[in-house]
Amino acid sequence: MVTETKKFKHNDTETLRSRVIVERDRVTSTASTDFPHNYPGVDLAWDFEKFKENFKIKINRLSKNEMEFDMVGIDASIANAFRRILIAEVPTMAISNVFVMNNTSVVVDEVLAHRLGLVPILADPTKFDFKAKDETSTDVNTIVFKLSVKCRHDPNAAAGETDPLKKYINSSVYSGDLVWQPKGDQLEKFKDCPIKPVYDDIVIAKLRPGQEIDVEVHCEKGLGQDHAKWSPVATATYRLLPEILVNGEIVGEDAVKFQSCFPEGVVDIVVENGVKKAVVVNPRKDTVSREVLRHAEFENKVKLTRVRDHFIFTIESVGSIEPQDLLVQAVQVLMDKCALVKRALQATLQTE
Amino acid sequence: MISKTLEEAKADVKAGIKEAHEHAEAHFGGKGLTDPIPTVEDKWKLLPAFLKVKGLVKQHIDSFNYFVNVDLEKIIKANERVKSDVDPHFYLKYTGIRVGAPERPDQEAMNRLYTPHECRLRDLTYSANIYVDVEYVRGRQIVRRKGVPIGRMPIMLRSSHCVLTGKNELELARMNECPLDPGGYFVVKGVEKVILVQEQMSKNRIIVDVDRKGFVQAGVTSSTMERKSKTYVGTKHGKIYLKHNSIAEDVPIVVALKAMGMQSDKEITQLVCGQDSKYIDKFSPNLEECSKMKIFTQQQALDFIGSKIKSPKRSFGPGIRRPPAEEALEVLATVVLAHVEVHDNNFRPKCIYVAVMTRRVVMAMLRGDLVDDRDYVGNKRLELAGQLLSLLFEDLFKKFNTDLKMNIDKVLKKPNRTQEFDVYSQLLFHGDHITAGFVRAISSGNWSLKRFKMERAGITQVLSRLSFISALGMMTRISSQFEKTRKVSGPRALQPSQWGMLCPSDTPEGEACGLVKNLALMTHITVDDEEEPLVKLAFILGVEDVSLLTGPEVYLPDTFMVFLNGNILGITRHSKQFVAAFRRMRRAGRISEFVSIFISDHHNSVHISCDGGRICRPLIIVENGKPRVKSEHIEQLSAGKLSFDDFLRLGLIEYLDVNEESDSNIALYEREIIPESTHVEIEPFTILGAVAGLIPYPHHNQSPRNTYQCAMGKQAIGAIAYNQLNRIDTLLYLMVYPQQPMVKTKTIEMIGYDKLPAGQNATVAVMSNSGYDIEDALVLNKASLDRGYGRCQVLRKYATLLRQYPNGSYDRLADPPVHPDDPTIVQERFEVLDKDGIASVGERIKPGQVYINKQMPTNTSSDIGVNSRDPTANAYKNAPMSYKSAMEGYVDKVLMTTTENDQTLIKALIRQTRRPELGDKFSSRHGQKGVCGIIIQQEDMPFSDLGICPDVIMNPHGFPSRMTVGKMIELLAGKAGVLKGQLQYGTAFGGSKVEDMSRILIENGFSYSGKDYVTSGVTGEALSAYIYFGPVYYQKLKHMVMDKMHSRSRGPRAVLTRQPTEGRSRDGGLRLGEMERDCLIGYGASMLLLERLMISSDIFEIHVCEMCGLLGYAGWCQHCKSSKGMAKMQIPYACKLLFQELQSMNVIPRLQLENVF
Repeated sequence: MVTETKKFKHNDTETLRSRVIVERDRVTSTASTDFPHNYPGVDLAWDFEKFKENFKIKINRLSKNEMEFDMVGIDASIANAFRRILIAEVPTMAISNVFVMNNTSVVVDEVLAHRLGLVPILADPTKFDFKAKDETSTDVNTIVFKLSVKCRHDPNAAAGETDPLKKYINSSVYSGDLVWQPKGDQLEKFKDCPIKPVYDDIVIAKLRPGQEIDVEVHCEKGLGQDHAKWSPVATATYRLLPEILVNGEIVGEDAVKFQSCFPEGVVDIVVENGVKKAVVVNPRKDTVSREVLRHAEFENKVKLTRVRDHFIFTIESVGSIEPQDLLVQAVQVLMDKCALVKRALQATLQTE
Repeated sequence: MISKTLEEAKADVKAGIKEAHEHAEAHFGGKGLTDPIPTVEDKWKLLPAFLKVKGLVKQHIDSFNYFVNVDLEKIIKANERVKSDVDPHFYLKYTGIRVGAPERPDQEAMNRLYTPHECRLRDLTYSANIYVDVEYVRGRQIVRRKGVPIGRMPIMLRSSHCVLTGKNELELARMNECPLDPGGYFVVKGVEKVILVQEQMSKNRIIVDVDRKGFVQAGVTSSTMERKSKTYVGTKHGKIYLKHNSIAEDVPIVVALKAMGMQSDKEITQLVCGQDSKYIDKFSPNLEECSKMKIFTQQQALDFIGSKIKSPKRSFGPGIRRPPAEEALEVLATVVLAHVEVHDNNFRPKCIYVAVMTRRVVMAMLRGDLVDDRDYVGNKRLELAGQLLSLLFEDLFKKFNTDLKMNIDKVLKKPNRTQEFDVYSQLLFHGDHITAGFVRAISSGNWSLKRFKMERAGITQVLSRLSFISALGMMTRISSQFEKTRKVSGPRALQPSQWGMLCPSDTPEGEACGLVKNLALMTHITVDDEEEPLVKLAFILGVEDVSLLTGPEVYLPDTFMVFLNGNILGITRHSKQFVAAFRRMRRAGRISEFVSIFISDHHNSVHISCDGGRICRPLIIVENGKPRVKSEHIEQLSAGKLSFDDFLRLGLIEYLDVNEESDSNIALYEREIIPESTHVEIEPFTILGAVAGLIPYPHHNQSPRNTYQCAMGKQAIGAIAYNQLNRIDTLLYLMVYPQQPMVKTKTIEMIGYDKLPAGQNATVAVMSNSGYDIEDALVLNKASLDRGYGRCQVLRKYATLLRQYPNGSYDRLADPPVHPDDPTIVQERFEVLDKDGIASVGERIKPGQVYINKQMPTNTSSDIGVNSRDPTANAYKNAPMSYKSAMEGYVDKVLMTTTENDQTLIKALIRQTRRPELGDKFSSRHGQKGVCGIIIQQEDMPFSDLGICPDVIMNPHGFPSRMTVGKMIELLAGKAGVLKGQLQYGTAFGGSKVEDMSRILIENGFSYSGKDYVTSGVTGEALSAYIYFGPVYYQKLKHMVMDKMHSRSRGPRAVLTRQPTEGRSRDGGLRLGEMERDCLIGYGASMLLLERLMISSDIFEIHVCEMCGLLGYAGWCQHCKSSKGMAKMQIPYACKLLFQELQSMNVIPRLQLENVF
C-alpha cells in the first residue's frame, strides 16, 4: 500500500488505464479506457469470472443513517447508475395530499403543505402500491395522518415569561404531532413498526394563542425523480480513492510542509537517522485539495492520481429506509431495468 | 582579536538597543520607536451611532418636524391679520398654531387615535388637525379663542407628531407596524406616498456662467418669503447690463447703479474695480455708454428705467398710475435682487451687491476659469418634504384667508344682521380647503403654487414596497429639476464634489441617468437656521460693515468680503483667524453644528451658510496631525456611555458641507494624515448609499455592474417588513424562505437587510452545462426547487366599493345563486363564495370564479318614489368580480370596512405561490442577471467529492467581459464562511481578505482557489476541469414568465376598427409591424402578407357600385338608386371605416374596379 519509495512513471499505459490523473489545473485521463483493443497487446475483454474475482465491496462505516463502503472493480457507469437510482428511483412514502380543515397559522396552506411534504415518513414502501392519478385512495396505497394542534396560553407559565416554548402550549408544531390514522389492515400489517415520521422534532409551523392547524394528510408512494421529497437519500455520492505518488524522498523541513499540505493522518513524519522524512500512510483520507501541487519544492516529486475503479461510496439516508437496504433496493431497481430491456430486446428479436 | 572586537561591538549594539527600549518604555508608555502608530480601531462604530440620530430617512423626518414645529408659526406670523374692506374695525389675528395628534376624522368615534396601518387598510389619510389660536372682533368686543381647527395636515410617519415615534418594538407590533420601517412617508387615501428630495440651484448665491452665446453673466435667484425672482448681470458686446424679468430691456449697469443712488462715476469704478487698472479698462466702456445716454443723476436713471418697466398688476385699482421714476425705485428696492433688503431707501447694500456681481463678471471676462461650475454639489440645495409642504401650506393658507375675507365682507356688507357676526363659524366652515389641498397635492404629486407660478409634477411617488430595499432606496432618492430630454452631459456626470454625499453607483440607467441620484450613507441635509446670532458673532469677531468703506478698501489684497447666506455682511482683514475663531465657536457648540464657513480664495471672500438644504456629513477632526477621536472614545461609544451627539458636543467630530469640505484637507485613512490634514474620514465605505451598500466587494467590480445591481436590488423578491402579512397592498411579492447573505457588509447590518433579506444563498457551480446556459441563462437544480429554493408568493389586492347613489339606491352583495331544486348545488363559478357573497378565506380560487358577488341597481340616477310600484325601479343587475389570472390562487384575506365618506369598502387579497420555472429571472448582487434556461434533475447535476451538487449552474462566459471580480470573491468568502461556520464580510474598501479565505479553504481540505474536483452526474466520470464552486447570494427578481407569457389565436377585437386588441391584459394579438411587413414584401410573400394584414385581422365584405365607385348594400347602390353593377369584394374594415370617415368630411373616395384575372 505504501508506494512512496517507488519511482512513478510518467503516464504509462497502466496509469492511463487505471488511474485518473489529478494535475495542478486540470484532471486528465478521466474517462475509462479499458475496453478491448484500446491498448495494443492488452486484452481487456470483459470476463465475468475475472469481474467476480476483482469485484469487491467492503463496508467501512455503517450507522443508522449513513453508510460508507468501498466498491472496487467496477466501471464508473455502473457505480453512477447506483448513485442515480438511489437519488431518484428508489420509491419511498411521502405526504402528497394535504386536506386543510383549518389553518389560522402564519404559515399559509401551500407552504404548510410543502413543508409537510418534505417530512420523511418511516414506512416500508415495499408494502404499498403506487397510486395512479385517477385511482381512489385505499389502505394499500395511502397512509393517513392527522395533524391537529391548537395553541393556547400556558396557565402555569411564570408571569414574566418571554420564551414562547414555556409561555404557550403548542407554540411550535412538530412533525411528531402527526398522528397516524391506520386504515384497513394497516394496524395489523405494521404492528412491528408503526408508521410515523422519521424524526419527531422537525418544526412545521409556529403558533401563537388562538391559532390552530387542523389538517389531514395523505402519503403516497413515489419516486425522487418526480419530487425530491420522495428521494430516500439526503444524498448518495462517491469519490475515487486518492493516491499520492512520491518520487524520491522528502526530508527535513520540506517533509513538514509536505505533511501540512494534506489533511491530518494522510502523511506521517518518521525520523530516520535524525532526519525527518515524510511517509504517505493513508491516502484515503486525502481530500484532493491539490495544495501540494502548488509549491515549487514538490514539483516533479509528487503525483496525485485516483484509482478509477475504486469508489468510496457514501449513502446518507433520510431515515425512512436503512442505508444497507437502500443499496439492495437500488441494485434491485437496476436489475429490474435490465430485465425490462432484456425482455424488450427479446421481443424485438422475436418479431423480426 | 578582530573577532572579539566584533563580538564586543555586537554586544554594545545590543546594549544600546536595550537601552533605547528601556528609554522608550519610560517615555512612550511601553511603545517602541518602531512599533506601529496605534490607529483608532472600529471607527466605523460611529456610523450606526450616526444612523441612530441622523441620516437616510431622518432628513425627511427632520425637515417635516421643522416645518410643523417651527415653520408653521413663521408662516402664521407672516400672514397673521385678516381684515375687512367693509368694516375697518374688524380684524382677525392668528396668535398661534399647532398640529394635534393624528386622529380619526369621524366625529362619533369613541377612540379617535388611529394608527398608520389602519389608514393603509381603510384607504384613509393619516392626518392630524391643525389648530390655530385666534383673536378677533365680535361686535365691540375682542374675542380670543384657542384651538380652532382650520384643516387637517397629513402626518409623516415617525415624525414628531406620529403615534409611532418613540415606541418600542412590542408597541409597534401592537400597532401592526414594522420596527425596521424607516418612516418618512405619508399615508394618503391608503396609499403610501413619498415626497422625493428635489435638487435645485442654491438660492441667493451669485453664479457666474457663460450663456449659450458665449457671454459671461452673473445670475442670482433671489428667494424671500414673498418673492422669487432671477436677476442677471450679463455682458453684451463687451458691455455690462442688468437683466430682470420685470424690466423689459436690459439696463446698462452704470444706469442701474445710478438709479440706486450711486451717482459718482468714480465711486462706481472703485466699487467694481478697486484700483486694478485691468479691471478699469474693461469696465470703462460702461461709464462711457452711460454718459452717451446722457444719464448723470439718479432721477435721470430712474426715469430711464421707469420707462422700461413692465407694468405690474396694481392692486390699488386701475387708473392710479404713479410716476415711472417712483415705480422704478420700488422695483429696484423690492423686486430686483429681492433678498438684499432695502430699509428706509438705503440702497447702499444693494449697490455694493450689484457692484460685486459686476466685478465677478469683469473678472470672468478677463479670466475664463473664474466661471462657476453649475453642477458643483456645493452650488446645489436639496428641497425636502418640509420645505415643499411649507410652500404648499402658505399658499393654501393665503387662499384660505382671502376666501375668509371675502365671506366676511359678504356678511358684513349686509346692513342689518339678525345676529351679531361671529367669524368663528366662518373659520370652521372653511376647513376643507386646506385638507383637500394637502391631500390633492400629495396624492397627485402636482405642486401648483400660484404665488410663485410654480407648477411642478411628479413631486410625490407611491412608495415602492417591492422589497425592503426598494422602499429604503426611494427614501434616499433625489430627483433633479433638469428636463430628462436634454442631451447635456454636465448635470449627469459624476462630480468629484459628490464624494461622501451622493452615492456614485446608485443611479438609474437610461434617460434619468445621473439626474436621479441617491444620498450616501452618512449624510445629513440641513434645515434653515437663525441668521441673527451669526451676524452678531461675525461682527464680534471683527467683521467691518461694508457700507462704511470705499471701493479701494474693500478690494485690498488681504481684505476678504464676508457673506452670510449669499448676502454681504462686511469685510475682514484677518480671514484665517476669523474663520478659525468661527469654527472654534462651532466646535464648542456655541452655534449650530450645521453652520458652515469657508474661504474662497478666488474671490477673496469668506462664506458663512446656515440655510437649509445643504448636504453635509460628519468627519473626525484632526489636530496637530492626530485625530481627536481616540480608541477610548470608541470604547465608550460601544459601551453606550457616549452617543453620537456627545462626540459632536465634545468637538471630536463635526459636520462639513460640500463647500467647507473642499476648503479642508481630509485624509482617507489615519495612516495618510499629513501635517496639513484637518480631518479624517470616519469610514470610506460611507461614500456608497444604502442600496449600493448591499454589494459585497464592490471595489473589485467594474463600476457599471454596481450601478446595475443598484437597479436590480430594488426588484428582488424577499421579505418586505415585519407586518408584511398584515398588509393589503395592490401587489405584494414575498419570498417563502429568504436568507441573509453569507457574505454581508456592514451596511447590510446597519440598514437591517439581514433581518429583511431578499434572496437566498445558492450553491453555484461556474461551468458550462447542457448548452441551455448560454447568454447568461442559469441551470437550476430541480431538487433544490422541490425543497423550496426561489419559491415566492404573489399577493394581489382586488377591491371594490359598495356605492351609494344620489337617488338613494346602493350596491349590494348577493349570496351565490343555487340550483332551484337542490340548494346544495352551486355553480362552479360561485363555488368559493361564502353566504355573504364574498369568497371565504382560505378557499382555492380558479380563474373565472367569482370572489365578490356584487350587484348594482339598474337605476342610479332618477328618483325612485318611496312607494314606487314599478318593479324595474329598484331592480339590480349582477356586477360580480371574477378572478382573472392564468394560475389558481388562494383567498388570503378579506377586509370589509368603511372609508372616510362612509362608503363600504371590500378588499380581497388573493395569493399565488410560485416555484421558479423556465424563464424566471434571477440575479446575483453584481449586476449579473440571467433567466432560468433549464431545470435539471439532481442526479444529472455534477457533484463534488463531498456529494454536494449545485443549486445553480452559471456559465463562466459571464465573467470575462463583465469583470465582476467581486462575485468571485463573494463565492470564495462564502465558501470559507460555510466551512468555518461564520458569516464573512464583503464591505466596500475592506471586508474579509482573499488570502484569509483561501487559508480557511486549505485548512478544510479544499483547494485554495475555490475550484473543486467535480464528477459529472450523467457519466459518473470526473470532469477534466476544476469547477469554481461555492455559495453566492442570488436574488429572485420580480419578472416572472407567468406574468408575461402571452399568446392568442382568436380573441377580442377593438370595437371601432374590428382589429385585434392590443396588449396582454386585453388578450391582444401579436402585431406584425411595419418592419416585419417590409421583410415580407422584400421576400415577396404577398399572400402571407395579405393573410396577416387582412384575413386574420379585420377582413370585411363590402358591396361596391361599379358605376359610382361608392359603397352600397348587398345588390343596391343607394347613390345610383340601382342594382346594376354591384360587386362584392373584401377589404380591411379599417379601410371601409376610412372611406366613411372621409365621406363624413365631404371627401368622396371612389373605388375603380378592374378585373385582374
